[in-house]
Formats: sequence, C-alpha cells, structure tokens
Amino acid sequence: MVVVGVSTGGITALKILLGGLGDDFPLPVLVVTHIMPEADDGLAVLLNTACAIRVKEAEEQELIEAGTVYLAPANYHLLLERDGRLALSIDPAVNFARPSVDVLFESAAQAHGAAVIGIILTGAGCDGGKGLHSVKEKGGFAIVQDPDEAEMDAMPRSALALTRPDRVEPLPRISSLLLQLAGVGAANS
Amino acid sequence: MTNDELIDLEIRLLMEGVYQVYGYDFREYSEASLRRRLLHWLGGSGFASFSLAQSQLLRDREFFDTLLRNITVNVTELFRDPLFFRTMREEVVPYLKTYPFVKIWHAGCASGEEAYSMAILLHEEGMRGRFRLYATDINEEVLRRAKEGIYPLQEMQRFTKNYQRGGGKGSFADYYTARYESAILAPGLREHIIFAAHNLAVDADFGEMQLILCRNVLIYFRPSLKERVFTLFDRCLVPGGFLCLGLKESLDHHRIRSGYEELVPRMRIYRKQYVHG
Repeated sequence: MVVVGVSTGGITALKILLGGLGDDFPLPVLVVTHIMPEADDGLAVLLNTACAIRVKEAEEQELIEAGTVYLAPANYHLLLERDGRLALSIDPAVNFARPSVDVLFESAAQAHGAAVIGIILTGAGCDGGKGLHSVKEKGGFAIVQDPDEAEMDAMPRSALALTRPDRVEPLPRISSLLLQLAGVGAANS
Repeated sequence: MTNDELIDLEIRLLMEGVYQVYGYDFREYSEASLRRRLLHWLGGSGFASFSLAQSQLLRDREFFDTLLRNITVNVTELFRDPLFFRTMREEVVPYLKTYPFVKIWHAGCASGEEAYSMAILLHEEGMRGRFRLYATDINEEVLRRAKEGIYPLQEMQRFTKNYQRGGGKGSFADYYTARYESAILAPGLREHIIFAAHNLAVDADFGEMQLILCRNVLIYFRPSLKERVFTLFDRCLVPGGFLCLGLKESLDHHRIRSGYEELVPRMRIYRKQYVHG
C-alpha cells in the first residue's frame, strides 16, 4: 500500500498526486494531511469529486482496499493494523500534529514492511521524517518530493536529512512513478 | 525470527503475565496503538527490552503502574468537541428532562473533563438535583486526579472557547477559581459525580442508565472486545436511552446496531429503540 504525508500546500499537491491515479489503481492509499482539528470530511469530498480514484475519510476498523484513498480524519491519529484494518487514536500530538505522518508511517512500516511505499510531500515542520525512515528500514520504498519544487520544503528536507530515499521526484512525476511501482515489483503490491 | 517479531512475542508474553498477575486484560487491545504506547514506555523505563523489564513489572506494583498509566491514560479537555455538547443541549436534554431522575455513565472518563462538562451543562439546562453522573475508568490514579477537579490554568482559555462554542449559557469563569497555576473546579459540580474504578474489559454491568458516553475509548480495543463492551452498554441502557460515541466512532457493523437509531448523524448520538409487543 501507499502512505502519503503532506501539510502546507496539501490540497493542490494531493489533487496532482491523486489525479494521476485511476479508480483501478491496484493499491490502497492512506493519507495524512495536517488539517485543523475541527475540519470535517470536506477535503475528502473535494478530492473525490476532482479525482478518478475513490477518496474518502478513513473509518475506524475499515479494511483497506485497492483503488481507494483514505484520508486521516481531523484530530485523530491514523494507524494501520497487520490485518489491513484502520485504527484511530487520540494520543497526544506528535511533531505538533494530530493526525501525524510519523504515526501512520511507523505503524504501516511495522505491520507491512516491504509492502509499503511511503511518500513525503510539501509541508512545514518535520512530521514524517522519522516515519519515512521507518518505511525504508522495514524494507519499503521511500519517495520524497523534490524540495526545490515543493510549495513548502521543510517536510521534504527533514525527510531527506534522516533517510536516503529511493527516489526524489518533482510532484508531477510521482503518480506515474506510483503506477510503475504498482504494476511491477511483487514486493510492492 | 526478526527483531520486530521478537518484540511482538515479548509483548504478547508480557500482556499474558500482566493479566495473570494483576488481572488487567490488554490482550484484546488494538495492536498498533498498544505497541506504540508500550515502546514509548520502554524507551523511558530504563530497560532494553520487554523481556528484561518483565521481571520487575510482574513483581513491583509501583513499577507496573508506570506502564499502566502509559497504556490507559487518555488526554482530554473540557467541552472537547463543542458541537457535540451543543447537540447534547439541543437534542438530548429535552428527552432527559422527561425523566424525574437521570443516571449517566461516563465510561472511560480519564481525568474527568467530560463528566465535569456534563455537570456544568445539566446545571445550566435546569436539571440541578435531577441527575447523577457515574464516571468510571480502569486507571485508579487518574480517577484520583479526576476527583480533585484541578486543571492547569493555562488550559482554561481553550476550555472557555470550547464551553462557549458548546452553547454555554453563563460565564465559564464562574465554574472555577484560579489558584497559582491551577484552576479548581467549583465543589458544587463534584456533588453530582461519583468517580469509580471499572474495567470495561472484565467488569460486569454497571446499573441502569439513561445516557452512556464512551467517547474515544473503544478505538483502542479490538473488535471482539468492542463487541463485548457494546453488549454491556446495551444491557445497562434503558429503552429510549442514549449512547454517545466519539465523532469518528460508529455503531455500524456491531451486533447491537439494529436496536438503535442514530438520533443525530455525524454526532454519533444513538438512541435505544423501544421494543413493542
């Protein structure tokens, strides 16, 4: 599965990233974006309309499926269990964020190792750096958006400071990279 | 066996030991969160592995309490999810007022903020003297703190905003006095609340209630334990009574669901149906 972390500039970045994936994309996609604590599912609705791939807010205990993007709900951490179910948590903010990218990435890496593709996109702060490192450490595939091209380069840069990713790419190229990875490589499907 | 698999094994062994020695059953807690909390505890414990820590954990109650604290404490705030409280005032309280006396259970109350919020709300809605809140939690240390009703003064500004957005009818400052860095909630609020230890995983029925709140507690339980707890709630709730979950929790896909209607969608306020015939 694919796990994505994004913050500032997220709406546009996600439109571009997810816009390149069809509803037949063979992997589930989990996304943490740093939304306000009182945000409703508006972003999921917006992206679902704008993108071919199905986008919805993650629901507790939901079994993740191919061709679907799950957005972490506001003010909860999103975690992935070994059996492919989603879990929520209201543990304190991590890197001042809840939902936190690190929390999602670490749980996915822990539970699914080499089957994980982790992507860090534009954002302020450092959330996701440790998480992407976990993904790589557990055998997954790590992608960082090119910081020179990102709307806000802090998150990509802090990811790069901790990990040598498999690829650093400008945003428009990441979805075609994903299609490539999803189509090939047994370890990533 | 990889190191991660070894850690998973150690956690399973430890949880079994904890259950046998102390009676707390964490074997049915959701794995990802439990693992995260345990690893966080281990990092500060002074031990390099769960196996090494296990000996002291099983023999030294105080040391075990540091672990218990870590697994079971949920941080919350007064009038968290203000819209929920506003909805409570507008949609649920009118029904509660039809009873001469109302019993309310806050299951998994942690440091008590939700119970105190409800006490304030019910006072303002004219139900003084007509309700009792039972605030329970597995963690006795946090219950002791809850009983004191003392919160950091610096949090009060945020709580005040929550209170106002939750439909607060008075001045939030009336409900506490400031003392150095603390805010002490008005003793009058505590009169209506009974704090008691109760373990949702193993303890039995808690009495007949008109309203049960269990918000953001069940997200830490595995499906089978969730089912057990929902069945417990169903037994304790009177027909026509209300069950409130966290904003991103749901009764859907659970056995008792068919006996409930969602009174207010999105607010996760469910009402137990009356059975006819």
